[in-house]
Amino acid sequence: MIDKRVTSADDAVADIVDGATVMVGGFGEAGSPIELIHALIDQGSTGLTVVNNNTGSGEVGLAALIKAGRVAKMICSYPRTANSTVFPELYRSGKTALDLVPQGTLAERIRAGGAGIPAFYTATSVGTPLEEGKERRTIEGRDYVLEYGLTADFALIKCVRADYHGNLVFNKTARNFAPVMATAARTTIVQTVEVVSPGGLDPECVVTPGIFVDRIVTVSDPALESELVAQGVSYP
Amino acid sequence: MTDTEVVGLTRSEMAARAALDIPDGAYVNLGIGIPEMVAGYVPEGREVIYHTENGLLGMGPSPEEGTGDPELINAGKRQVTAIDGASFFHHADSFVMIRGGHIDLCVLGALQVAQNGDLANWSTGGPDAIPAVGGAMDLVAGVKTIHVITQHTTRAGEPKLVGACTYPLTSPGVVDRIYTDLAVIDVVDDAFQVVELSPGVNFDYVKEHTAGELLPIPPDVLEVE
Repeated sequence: MIDKRVTSADDAVADIVDGATVMVGGFGEAGSPIELIHALIDQGSTGLTVVNNNTGSGEVGLAALIKAGRVAKMICSYPRTANSTVFPELYRSGKTALDLVPQGTLAERIRAGGAGIPAFYTATSVGTPLEEGKERRTIEGRDYVLEYGLTADFALIKCVRADYHGNLVFNKTARNFAPVMATAARTTIVQTVEVVSPGGLDPECVVTPGIFVDRIVTVSDPALESELVAQGVSYP
Repeated sequence: MTDTEVVGLTRSEMAARAALDIPDGAYVNLGIGIPEMVAGYVPEGREVIYHTENGLLGMGPSPEEGTGDPELINAGKRQVTAIDGASFFHHADSFVMIRGGHIDLCVLGALQVAQNGDLANWSTGGPDAIPAVGGAMDLVAGVKTIHVITQHTTRAGEPKLVGACTYPLTSPGVVDRIYTDLAVIDVVDDAFQVVELSPGVNFDYVKEHTAGELLPIPPDVLEVE
């Protein structure tokens, strides 16, 4: 019998070890699995490498994880966002490293990692400072750089509806990186607003097939990062 | 002219001018800032589909107060709407559209544009700057046509159209056309070619505020009133 539900966010993230690479879904607050991130803060693991498009805002969610000193390295495309003050301080003081990756290259590196493709060529970043240290190759007259697939130990993602086999449906632009991260992590942990029984989702409309999902936690009323930031909340 | 005199187009007039060149049926990605305003000025009768790289094709205008969804946003993380016929997709597919050459036109801002079409728009390269690139490098490397909207000079009066970029590049040789407050300018054969001057602006004034090689409107092109 397959039932991927776990009882709490705390249980879901309990085995994330020090030094793990963790992909975190979300583009800004859209799709940010804020309850799973808070559970990870409570859990205490440190020295993490975190993959996310941004670095969070205010002092909740991803920004709170960074502020707590748990993140040794961020892999992201855009660490500068309104209300994003935590990361710049730690970056300037050398406490958190940054691997800056163009957004499309980041998405494709994760896709490739999940698809068993070790590397690929892209024209993105050719002739720029971000090409530094990368192998260049000319194919049919155009220059490309070699980029490596990216995998992770864990992915933390958010969806709107799941069945307990792990089939997922997302909300609007909250989908963003979640489906590719689910494929690229050894263990994918999902927080969902609602869980239904198998058969409760139209198979034609499933976005992430259950094979890519390991654990499902129901968070029926997820917090919104922007509301917490507006309230001045600082987690924990 | 005195320093306080306003010369050339306002920001919204620049957006409106750029909108005139968006063809019917185009799939378009608009950058943050003045480019975002372009959508509001596309002439009636043209159907244009807007792409935002965070996973929406068929982006509509901002929602009415109180009706938005914090999980329906654009690349600038502002709330938007989805038009009838819109689609949502994940990030890898979104950049398949970009990198695969499926998006027809990208309109974006610039820190500097060089006369050979080099674009710098992601970093000033300052030692204390937090580098942040987002999707800019993917967009200019992958989208078929690249249009830039920018003030002709910085707030300090330094030219943004230059012989060679001093800021880190976003991509070499990608800019096709530039809309500034002073003129519409094409990048041709390693030079800036003026194709249109803003009302009340003459060529010499534009040349004075440009650092790269600037060519006047060819005699066979009529000046737009």
